[in-house]
Amino acid sequence: MQQFVNITLNGLSQGAIYAAFALALVLIWRATRIINFAQGAMAMFTTYLALPLIESGQSYWAGFAAALVAGLVLGALVERIVMRPVEGGPELNAVIVTLGLFIALQALAAILFGATFQSFPAPFGLRGFTVGEFTIAFTPFSVFVIGSVLVVMLALTALFRFTDLGLRMRASAFSQEVSRLLGVRVGRMLTLGWAFAAVVGSLAGLLIAGGNLVHPAYMDAVIVYGFVAAVLGGLESPGGAVAGGLIIGLALSYVSGYLGSELVTLAALGILVAVLLVRPRGLFTRVAERRV
Amino acid sequence: MRAVLRRLVPRSLLLRNLLGVVAGLVVVVLVLETTSPFRNSQFATMSYYAIAAAGLTVLTGLNGQISLGHGALMAVGAYTTALLLQGGSVPFPLAMLAAAVVTALVGVVVGAAAARLHGPYLAGATLALAVGVPGLAIYFDGLLGGEQGLSVRSPRPPGWFADAHYFLTAGELGGAKYLAYIGWITLLVVVLLLANLMAGRYGRVWRAVRDDEVAAELAGMRLGGLRILAFVVSAACAGLAGAVLAMVVRLAAPSGFTIVLSLSLLTAVVVGGLGSIPGALLGSALLVFLPPAVTNLGTGAGLTGVQAAQLAPFVYGVVLVVVMLLAPGGVMGLLRRLWRRGINQGGST
Repeated sequence: MQQFVNITLNGLSQGAIYAAFALALVLIWRATRIINFAQGAMAMFTTYLALPLIESGQSYWAGFAAALVAGLVLGALVERIVMRPVEGGPELNAVIVTLGLFIALQALAAILFGATFQSFPAPFGLRGFTVGEFTIAFTPFSVFVIGSVLVVMLALTALFRFTDLGLRMRASAFSQEVSRLLGVRVGRMLTLGWAFAAVVGSLAGLLIAGGNLVHPAYMDAVIVYGFVAAVLGGLESPGGAVAGGLIIGLALSYVSGYLGSELVTLAALGILVAVLLVRPRGLFTRVAERRV
Repeated sequence: MRAVLRRLVPRSLLLRNLLGVVAGLVVVVLVLETTSPFRNSQFATMSYYAIAAAGLTVLTGLNGQISLGHGALMAVGAYTTALLLQGGSVPFPLAMLAAAVVTALVGVVVGAAAARLHGPYLAGATLALAVGVPGLAIYFDGLLGGEQGLSVRSPRPPGWFADAHYFLTAGELGGAKYLAYIGWITLLVVVLLLANLMAGRYGRVWRAVRDDEVAAELAGMRLGGLRILAFVVSAACAGLAGAVLAMVVRLAAPSGFTIVLSLSLLTAVVVGGLGSIPGALLGSALLVFLPPAVTNLGTGAGLTGVQAAQLAPFVYGVVLVVVMLLAPGGVMGLLRRLWRRGINQGGST
């Protein structure tokens, strides 16, 4: 029973991170119809940028902020420089460009920061809360993880629902031509969309790194989990991505706890294939027809 | 001049391709006999990259299905070969054939799922395959050797082959050279089969499915079956490539089949030009001969060995992006454009 509770709690906090990552993928997909396979590598890179800052004696929060700002800039640059020419073209070309970015950023991180495992600090304790006589797998850091993902989701919802900027971004995602006719600077909105998505991705990278070891490939599996979560949620809906993230987090936590951690990625593949074959439009979307 | 050349080339496609393969064999023998053992082992490495890339270029270039899972399929072939060669009783050609068959069977399963996906969905699913499959080797560590992997008994040259080799070249037949011969002969056979397939009926219908699904379906083609077939052919090539890899590297371990391997193969076919077998060969040559050059440059510029080793994947990534942005047809696409321009100018003057 205690093991089950612990696995569930662990799954929830992991799921919150996958939810954030899936959210980043969904933001970009909605705006540009591109799955950003470089998202994980970009998040890894910005997390690495925070590490020397923290190690040189700055506070964790300075590094945290630096990584998020770096994510914003990196996202905007990537969209403007390398993605813009392939947007709207053959979908294979865009996929290949993001994969090129993925491999280049990963190698660049290994060149700049070394390919070894390095420990990344956590701002809060990593010792579980005690309930009665048991220590449960729910730490102050888990609270921080879930809290920050919640804050990001609320902020994004507020942005898209209640601000003029959000309305313009939604409009350019919905129909580029009409928005352009109405005077929306669509190109600028797309750049902004990528930038925001990269910030959310960077946050996911920081949260996974916290209290763990980082190395240039530590986000590889997370791309897969985030992608599965986003597809589970229907790729279109931010709410679906969050629900998908939590479901994937829980499911993979059970697989890892009861079957073996080596099988987690394969389990994710199984879930993905099952979802795509049985209900390709995802569990949480109202769009009737979608080609996968 | 061109007319004379054209008359010399046989009409039949099979004959023409066979002629090409025989010419290729002559070149292979000449090159392998005149280069050092180190170069021989580089050529052996190139042969397995080229086998996998040739299969991938058929799948991605001709049929329009992207696969980031070919590294995982190579792992299936490599582990099959390693297991079969363990006892020492199975001859290696049989082990290679078995590797191709087993990987093709895996390809049926993956292809059946892949046939219903396209573009980013297929990329994501096969990415999951590439990241997930090495975990199997660790999960079944009793059979597959866990992180350390399985060591492979590389075949030794049999007496008659060594004798024939000595008779022809009067040179020693080293282990690396023998493996390079195995790899390149396999590659030539694969290229012959794929070239015939591509020029024939299946190549045509695969292209039709890639270019316009609806039109192809209206013309009575069964999209699912054709897509699965393309995947199976491509998977069998990846399995053969894995078998050659296992024998050349003498090891089948999870660390050899990372996502970087799959992405390197993709780089090779994209840079060479999607859908072109010469392009795939060119791209695999790049995968083998570029890293040492780049690494040397890196150490010359003051990087440590570990850092310099990462320069090659960095260059792959940058090249992948640049090629897609500036010349999506790859090297073969550029050459084709130049060739056409040359013909047009020749005609007008």
